[in-house]
Amino acid sequence: MTLTVHDIHTYYGRSHVLQGISLEVADGETVALLGRNGAGKTTTMRSVVGLTAPHRGTVELDDTDITGMPTHQIARRGMAFVPSGRRAYASLTVRQNLALSTRGKDSPNAWTLDRVLETFPKLQQLGNRRAGHLSGGEQQMLKLGRALLSAPRILLLDEPTEGLSPAIVADLGRWLAILKKERTTVLITEQNALFALKYADRGYIIEKGLVRHEASAESLRQSTEIQRYLGVAASA
Amino acid sequence: MSESSIITNLIGILTTASTLFMVAAGLTLVFGALRLINIAHGSFYMYGAYLATTLAARLGGAGFWVSLVICPLVVAAMGVLVEVLVLRRLYRREHLTQLLATFALLLIFADIALRLWGKSVRSIKAPSALNGHFQFGGAAVPVYDLFVIGVAALVAIGLWALMSRSKLGWRVRAVVDDPEVLAASGTNVPLILTGVFALGAMLAGLSGVVIAPEQAVQPGMDAEIIVAAFIVAVIGGLGSIVGAAIGSLIIGVVETLGAVWTPSWASTFIYALMILVLAIRPWGLFGETER
Repeated sequence: MTLTVHDIHTYYGRSHVLQGISLEVADGETVALLGRNGAGKTTTMRSVVGLTAPHRGTVELDDTDITGMPTHQIARRGMAFVPSGRRAYASLTVRQNLALSTRGKDSPNAWTLDRVLETFPKLQQLGNRRAGHLSGGEQQMLKLGRALLSAPRILLLDEPTEGLSPAIVADLGRWLAILKKERTTVLITEQNALFALKYADRGYIIEKGLVRHEASAESLRQSTEIQRYLGVAASA
Repeated sequence: MSESSIITNLIGILTTASTLFMVAAGLTLVFGALRLINIAHGSFYMYGAYLATTLAARLGGAGFWVSLVICPLVVAAMGVLVEVLVLRRLYRREHLTQLLATFALLLIFADIALRLWGKSVRSIKAPSALNGHFQFGGAAVPVYDLFVIGVAALVAIGLWALMSRSKLGWRVRAVVDDPEVLAASGTNVPLILTGVFALGAMLAGLSGVVIAPEQAVQPGMDAEIIVAAFIVAVIGGLGSIVGAAIGSLIIGVVETLGAVWTPSWASTFIYALMILVLAIRPWGLFGETER
């Protein structure tokens, strides 16, 4: 599934957060959206899934204009959004969380419950535990498992490594490698640029709501200028 | 206390608690999902009762049973209109705005009711099958009280099954936890909210029909019940259905025994209890602190 974002402007109240972001994620591609805290990465994701509708510009999935469409309809077209932070349904058990994943129409059947539980064996053990009691890493598994169960045609990962221990980040890398091997279309935002660029094909660097650079992951990885700009990235 | 008066009081407690529970459960369910205290919930209760008196007058003997099915549905439809036309626009506003809007709705519905049904006290006869008493442990237990308790028990079981056993109920709980994530997983959140509001209204309408044969159906019953149900929900913890059940029982006990022992102080005890709970556990016995 191809995602095309064209010149979107998004506001929070009066604050003009996105000032004309354009980007593209081609079918089967993994694209990283990089930038410092507050650059507009999360807002871009929220605009794409319709949680904060852009005032101007268009978002297209394949050739359908989804700008301003309600979030649940966008989700049903095969877009799975994995937000950052502790966003599992806290009062539901792990199993109930997984059960609420809705499969998009025409989505391939690649991720069955069995396969999700095989990939994240911890979720099997924690089946009856309330999601609110899970650790950050376990919640990340649950959010990812929930997204995969919907058999997404495009997966949006917002800051997946945020707040995770190095061991879990390594696990996350393994899962991203699987997704990449299966040519899942992925848009990933990260402050940890080196992590994201390890799995991405291309990357965009955004600053103050605008795209500053766009290049292949390979060249972004090697550009010392980019690494200096991102600051945090080089130390990761 | 003799055996017979223990039984009489027990039935009294359970009957009072049952009516309160059905109203408070809807109020608390709506608060849980919509984060909105709906004062007009009392109107739904009153309309359930008024509509039943009208239907019963038209249909005679079978009127009560028809009302029991039809009136809650009509009130649920009222709930859908209120949610879609008014409340949906207010979810992003502050609590006070919402509270005032629902209070305005209560006043509007009260005026419409006055126009439709007048000021006089109306009533409805219980169906013959539910009339009379039966003897139990020396006490004469009204059959109708058992019916009220039975309906409330069915409502409680139904709500429990819905919320903990069905995917729809899980979605309702997920709305409370994280509406954005739920929408991003393909659930039509506004539809769920309308559904929850309609269910709450339906429960209020149902209790209105159920109490109609036992209590005077008249202007003012809307405000009266909303105060009582609100106290129950606050004591039990807004948003908690178990809390609504326990809160109803506590109020049932205080009201019934208070009326026996110190009639003039009965309602004082209830308010004192609410103040006590608010002082010690502001989020109620089974509620959760606001996130």
